[in-house]
Amino acid sequence: MAILDKHKILETNATLLLICSFLVVTIGGLVQITPLFYLENTIEEVEGMRPYTPLELAGRDIYIREGCYVCHSQMIRPMRDEVERYGHYSLAAESMYDHPFQWGSKRTGPDLARVGGRYSDEWHVDHLRDPQAVVPESVMPKYDFLERTRIDGEYIGDLMATNAIVGVPYTEEMIEQAQRDFRAQADPDSDYDGLLERYGEDSVNVRNFDGQPGVSEADALIAYLQMLGTLVDFSTFTPDASR
Amino acid sequence: MSDTGNTNKVKIHDGDPKTTGHEWDGIMEFDNPMPRWWLWVFYATIVWGIGYTIAYPAWPLVSEATSGMLGWSSRAKVEAEIAAVETANAPINAELEALELAAIPNHPELEGYAVSAGSAVFKTWCAQCHGSGAAGAKGYPNLLDDDWLWGGTMEDIYTTVAYGIRNEDSDDARYSAMPAFGRDELLDKTQVSQVVNYVMSLSGTPKDATEVAEGAVVFEENCASCHGEDASGDIYQGAPNLKDAIWLYGGDYDTLYETVWNSRFGVMPNWDSRLSEAEIRAVSAYVHQLGGGE
Repeated sequence: MAILDKHKILETNATLLLICSFLVVTIGGLVQITPLFYLENTIEEVEGMRPYTPLELAGRDIYIREGCYVCHSQMIRPMRDEVERYGHYSLAAESMYDHPFQWGSKRTGPDLARVGGRYSDEWHVDHLRDPQAVVPESVMPKYDFLERTRIDGEYIGDLMATNAIVGVPYTEEMIEQAQRDFRAQADPDSDYDGLLERYGEDSVNVRNFDGQPGVSEADALIAYLQMLGTLVDFSTFTPDASR
Repeated sequence: MSDTGNTNKVKIHDGDPKTTGHEWDGIMEFDNPMPRWWLWVFYATIVWGIGYTIAYPAWPLVSEATSGMLGWSSRAKVEAEIAAVETANAPINAELEALELAAIPNHPELEGYAVSAGSAVFKTWCAQCHGSGAAGAKGYPNLLDDDWLWGGTMEDIYTTVAYGIRNEDSDDARYSAMPAFGRDELLDKTQVSQVVNYVMSLSGTPKDATEVAEGAVVFEENCASCHGEDASGDIYQGAPNLKDAIWLYGGDYDTLYETVWNSRFGVMPNWDSRLSEAEIRAVSAYVHQLGGGE
């Protein structure tokens, strides 16, 4: 066959074969990836999403640093057993301010996509300090050093500015007030009105998460965990079944 | 590149397939056709693949992807599965919701359903704090005994599960706060030590028996209004009974000193926003029958 004879040109010319291989992979990749950026049924807008507060963003960084994603996913799949156990299945829009997203790929521990509000702050402190104290069958390592490690949020504004470059809608004001908001969220006796005004009255938890004075890494991590999956109100929002 | 010097040429017999025409160091290759069955399976997978993309969501078009002839979607599927289970359980759940809470134990069949459903709810949502066997942990009450902070009737348990304790999310959450007697300088170190020794003496041996008498005075002036004159507690404000030797955080001197000095503020989330009415009733029935239900 004529076309198979032409194939001989590719097979005997390594450079040409390489170029044509790249071409095929490029076209395949574009066909699969490009539509995700414009198709209406892959982009779902939901109410309630807001960027992370400075303290939550710092907690998210600690989550990544400690490799929590290695054992915990943040992705409730649309299957009955997962919805019954973890809550409403995750929506793509719920990760819209995650750079990078923390969907994970393995569950040694449970999914954390909707862990926010599920346990008390004190439970999180107890559990991070010594997981087996509250869940004897757990294999999670101890993270007791988090509550002993103080942080001051010196660079949190820079991190927010970097996130803003990749599309997270942090305003100039949010970035300027970052360190102040960072401290205010972990101190219910402080003046946190500005924080609530910037990030939302109802969706920001202002508490002394670790129960100790000052801001520790445990404060930041628990602030992050306690808001996970709580932003979208599923009593008023029904996802479109066709998406 | 050629066969010069090669004397071991393979003989080609009559009836052998044609060769590909190449020769490399005397090696030639028969041009056998691929097995027919393999080829047909290959063609079949192509046809199946095309059919699959027509039947199921696949091809990206201008504004949306094709939704497929079958109209399948993962979201609709999970909704249908959940709806099917809910429909199947609807009659018995309705019965459970209609019945007065206290009357559930009088209906053995319904209670059986409530207890097994409640056991599943408990293992999913409650076990992380109260333990998979409901025996609790330090700071998280044991639900197997008959010592109740906020009451152990079916209604009491239901209220606790539905609205939680000292959380910020439910306006109906049970609430009380013990003062931090030491931290807020309501009592000095000696007074805290005295009252701790008094409380220890109620159910066991104090660390320093000489402080007990003074401790009783401190107790009467500062603690009795919530914990009662006789220290038997008050379930209406979640004030623990202090004479029954059952301790939530610990009954040794150091732990009690810490409790009086800084106070405790145990929080339980409200579950009415996560669980259905029937599920809350079921888990209440489950906890009620564990041993301590009143």
